[in-house]
Amino acid sequence: MKAIVWQGTNKVGVETVPDPTLLLPTDAIVKITSTAICGSDLHLLDGVIPSMEKGDILGHEFMGEVVEVGRDVRRLKVGDRVVVPFNISCGVCDPCRRGLFSACDNSNPNHRMAEALYGGVSGGGLFGYSHMYGGYAGGQAQYVRVPFADVGPHKIESDLRDEQVLFLTDIFPTGYQAAENCGIVPGRDVVAVFGAGPVGQFAARSAQMLGAAHVIVIDRVPERLAMAESAGCQVINYEQEDVLIALREATGGRGPDHVIDAVGMEAHGHGPGALVDTAKQRLKLSFDRITALRWALLSCAKGGTVSLPGVYGGLIDKVPMGAAFAKGLTFRMGQTHTHRHIAPLLSRIEAGEIDPSFVITHRASLDDAPELYKTFRDKQGGCIKVVLNPWA
Amino acid sequence: MSKDRPTPPPETSPPTTEPQTDAAGQLPALERSVMGSVGMALMGAGLRSARPLQKIVLGSVGAGLAAMAATGRNPLATALKIRQTPQGEVLVSDAVTIGKPADDLYRVWRDLAGLPRLMTHLKAVEVLDERRSHWTVEAPTGTVSWEAALTADEPGRRIAWAALPGAAVENHGEVLFRPAPGDRGTEVAVRLAYRPPGGSAGAIAARLFGEEPAQQLRDDLMRFKREQELGFAPTTEGQSSARAGGQA
Repeated sequence: MKAIVWQGTNKVGVETVPDPTLLLPTDAIVKITSTAICGSDLHLLDGVIPSMEKGDILGHEFMGEVVEVGRDVRRLKVGDRVVVPFNISCGVCDPCRRGLFSACDNSNPNHRMAEALYGGVSGGGLFGYSHMYGGYAGGQAQYVRVPFADVGPHKIESDLRDEQVLFLTDIFPTGYQAAENCGIVPGRDVVAVFGAGPVGQFAARSAQMLGAAHVIVIDRVPERLAMAESAGCQVINYEQEDVLIALREATGGRGPDHVIDAVGMEAHGHGPGALVDTAKQRLKLSFDRITALRWALLSCAKGGTVSLPGVYGGLIDKVPMGAAFAKGLTFRMGQTHTHRHIAPLLSRIEAGEIDPSFVITHRASLDDAPELYKTFRDKQGGCIKVVLNPWA
Repeated sequence: MSKDRPTPPPETSPPTTEPQTDAAGQLPALERSVMGSVGMALMGAGLRSARPLQKIVLGSVGAGLAAMAATGRNPLATALKIRQTPQGEVLVSDAVTIGKPADDLYRVWRDLAGLPRLMTHLKAVEVLDERRSHWTVEAPTGTVSWEAALTADEPGRRIAWAALPGAAVENHGEVLFRPAPGDRGTEVAVRLAYRPPGGSAGAIAARLFGEEPAQQLRDDLMRFKREQELGFAPTTEGQSSARAGGQA
């Protein structure tokens, strides 16, 4: 089959690889009908996530049709149309039973790698996202092996198009969880979202769905800001305005009640802090560039919440912790517990509350994907979200 | 099942079922005198050396060894996170929470002959009678075996054992089964203590050759948890990739 393969830092290619097979009786094989490139795939392209190996198949946002099931699979059958959460969860461990699916104890076969880095605990496995997260082959391919097939995949039984449900695999639940983590008081709370990429767009619209009185979106890319503005958000271009002053003005000097950092470890930003972050990342002294996080802590209102859907990888310093303490901020963060959001968000799509396909700007075949990885990374051609058809 | 166990040590202290000869926390006397002589020799060589770098390196390594001999402590062992009991044994311990009742998990462990399925570096355990068993493990130098006896057996709570005198590797250990708070199942805690051949230097050598008892125990406990909770181990072995042969 055809697959998008990681060939090294800044090298992604299309290669012919063997078709996946069932490895365990709880596996299923899914023929992929639509897949997408995620902002966090860019961290793999950029080589800032450790433990990638040449030849790894990328991709964690995908959906398709079940073509084979292992003998212990009960809920799925051949022919089912499914969306598959990007995280892999066993469904029986304590975190899974509490709905903390991304914190699954059992699904990462390479638990020792994450344990060494992250204080003796490992999260669950992820599709196509480094060996630290399990080394599972991803879904930017024509077929994929789906472990724990009775736990993750969610059947789509309505006639919604792929483009309307594909993002239930990651960016919609990720943006939604970021907004939900804020504990928004409807009609009262102001929410600021740093980063108007796909997750930021879904976080902003989710904040609106959860009743935020006002949503402010900060970015520097005009197309992204225009997309947020079209949803009724106030926008700030941080290259044209001083973010912290603009946010104070927009909130009567209070600051936003909740701030969502939908940027994460590769913030661009400017000023001396951003320069130091970049230099340290190049020298492998640090994984993370944290301009967005600094702005989030500095801008947030007293008693507010800082919600982090953006991915961070390692140790960070020059964090304005004093500001966070002085204001009594709450931090919420972590990989998305995708499984628990799919059914309720699917209902919202079916009810016509939101059509997630608004975020798509580029449609292409797998063959075009390597080029589009770069287009997406460099935010050229108005690129916000790329959907791939593996059979085109 | 044997009830004639010696008084079990309190759960919070390391297992102490073997007589100890060294002063608490000290390296064995032979190891200290070897270290002291080698350290002094290196320091001498360093001082005599005409090359400044050699002077510094030999001098400081020598001084380090001499200091270890003088204080009876091995800071290299500490730096490599080799934990030692006050009796000078190497201590390895870890714990895992498993969503199963303590009685079920205890029964799996109490079947000593089945332990090699849980602990992959264990080659075989042969049950000789109610108390005694014969253990064989894989070591870098080949297989090592000894006889061990149960020193405590409290169904659903605790199993402890110790190698009988004359074992190639003196060792003892215990596994505790404690109910986890809430509905989370059982906390399984394992503590193993052994005297590596060659003292702390032997433990460091083993570590440098890639033998990581702490990692082995962690892997064994995670394998046990997954076996109990899932009935299998998740894997990516044999999946497709663009590497040679197309396998992961």
